Amino acid sequence: MRAWIEKQRYIIDFTISSLLRRKVKNFGLLALYTLIVFILASTMFFTHSIKKEASLILKEAPEIIVQKLVAGRHDLFPVRDIETIRKIRGVARVEGRLWGYYFDSLVGANYTLLTPPIPDGGAETGRAATVEIEADDPLAPDASAPLFTFNGAALKPGSLIIGNGIARIRDIGKGDYLPFRAYDGMFMSLKVADALSSQSELVSADLMLITEDDFRKLFGIDRQYVTDVAVTVRNPSEVSTVASKIRQRLHDSRPIVRDEILRTYDSIFNWRGGMMIVIFSAAVLAFVIFAWDKASGLSAGERREIGILKAVGWETSDVIQMKFWEGALISLTAFFTGVILAYIHVFFTGSPVFEPALKGWSNLYPNFMLTPFINAEQLTTLFFLTVVPYTVATIVPTWRAATIDPDTAMRHTGE
Amino acid sequence: MIELVNVRKVFNAGNPSEFSALNSVNLTIAQNRVTVLKGPSGSGKTTLLSVIGCMSRPSAGRVHLNGREITSLPERFLTDIRRKTFGFIFQQPNLIKGISVLENVMLPAYPLGEKRSQLKKKAMQGLADLNIAGKSASKVEWLSGGEAQRASIVRALINDPAIIIADEPTAHLDTTLSYRFMEIIEKFKAEGKTVIITSHDPLVYEAAIVDRVVNLRDGRIEGGTA
Repeated sequence: MRAWIEKQRYIIDFTISSLLRRKVKNFGLLALYTLIVFILASTMFFTHSIKKEASLILKEAPEIIVQKLVAGRHDLFPVRDIETIRKIRGVARVEGRLWGYYFDSLVGANYTLLTPPIPDGGAETGRAATVEIEADDPLAPDASAPLFTFNGAALKPGSLIIGNGIARIRDIGKGDYLPFRAYDGMFMSLKVADALSSQSELVSADLMLITEDDFRKLFGIDRQYVTDVAVTVRNPSEVSTVASKIRQRLHDSRPIVRDEILRTYDSIFNWRGGMMIVIFSAAVLAFVIFAWDKASGLSAGERREIGILKAVGWETSDVIQMKFWEGALISLTAFFTGVILAYIHVFFTGSPVFEPALKGWSNLYPNFMLTPFINAEQLTTLFFLTVVPYTVATIVPTWRAATIDPDTAMRHTGE
Repeated sequence: MIELVNVRKVFNAGNPSEFSALNSVNLTIAQNRVTVLKGPSGSGKTTLLSVIGCMSRPSAGRVHLNGREITSLPERFLTDIRRKTFGFIFQQPNLIKGISVLENVMLPAYPLGEKRSQLKKKAMQGLADLNIAGKSASKVEWLSGGEAQRASIVRALINDPAIIIADEPTAHLDTTLSYRFMEIIEKFKAEGKTVIITSHDPLVYEAAIVDRVVNLRDGRIEGGTA
């Protein structure tokens, strides 16, 4: 046993000295390999976290959102129809929502305007808020905080609360005024009462909370209408039944089930979706070329060295073991360095490499840090996609060289 | 004792470039003797030496080592025999560049897993015996031709083999170093080792310590069986 351990030590020592003998080549290899793992891991971390973040947010979204359609397009929802939905068996709660977009030509950004949550207070007009997450939901511990908080600042008519993205892009803060051009061309100036918490920036960077009256005044929306309706269903397995009943009773409505939204997110950010596949395939292709180059052969010097080792009494298995350690050392170092760098890149520096391509196309980027989500399955996949093929690619030509007679290996290369 | 029976070695078999390096070689080499395989270039000396030293397998025929037939042994066993029985001194020193003389000398012993301190002591002793202990930490590319040759001799002896095989050992040495080499061979003989040398250098095959000269031409032993 001691002899075996000693032998492994000798082989590992020789492998390390062998790696250091070809410093330039091996450091170049390591750098390239690390870069490929970095790109692959960054893409995986980024898309996985953003997907996870979106699903956490959507987990608390209403199970069904009902929109009214006119000529196939989204239109305002009549408040009177809320009662029709409420009467459907299985419906627990129906809430009208008021929200919309406002384009600020000064900075070229689109803001999301929303009337703030007033629990149990919107029954008369059929409007209430639905953006809070239940704090006791065991399924969403990470999302147990409200999606946005505004430190209890009171929202009075003539005032608004803005998201951090807006505060940044317009360089405004508490007490400043923000002018709006209303639907009729009149100017409305609203005073900034507060800014939303920066923790919720993914959702609230472009968000503005204004009162219902100001909202209706700004967009000219009659009190008989809301933007859409959020429906809560008692039994989750009845969601699709309730959705089809809504469609039957309100022919001009479009019920959107939460799972459909989740599926859409999933297909956008899944490995098959969009940017992910582009970056991923480019990196995988680079890796294949790199591994192929490695697999295609050994240099004359390496072949000669194998010949010498065999001639002086090394077994084929010793030589293969040495090359295995060599490949494993390089690929494990590259794998861990690449993954750690990708982790820092995505979760600590806000993925500057992917930000413009993957976060959207708005002028108003949310300045958010993704919550680190590490998926063991993804890391294992990455490991098997990189470390294993590379190590095999290193062993194959060695095995070919090591199985020929030492005499042939040495004769054909000379000194 | 080494015995070769009807040994044949063909390179590139089945190709238009097929070439027969050894043809029906029958040879017996006695223990504790210095045998020289002599012949012009291309006569098959090195090929014969590599077959004897288990570095390559014959295409046909049998090789017996101390009465044991070794031709049909699996590669692992052949390697084991090569490692423990033979010490190789090549025409070129064939040292691995980039590592020290000491590491090069210790290389054949690595697969045996010998304790490092003992192995190092043995290697240093070997280097001291050939007056190159002072170069143990030097990289091999810094050695002169003679020093490199001596380093390769120490390497050949590290596992204390019973048979020393040397392929054209004096081809790259001047006369003084060649005489020095033959003195080392004499020492091996005195220690009871069997020595097989290929050479067409008269300084080698005419040396007094040589017990037997086998003449090779066109892959055959002149005079048939030797």
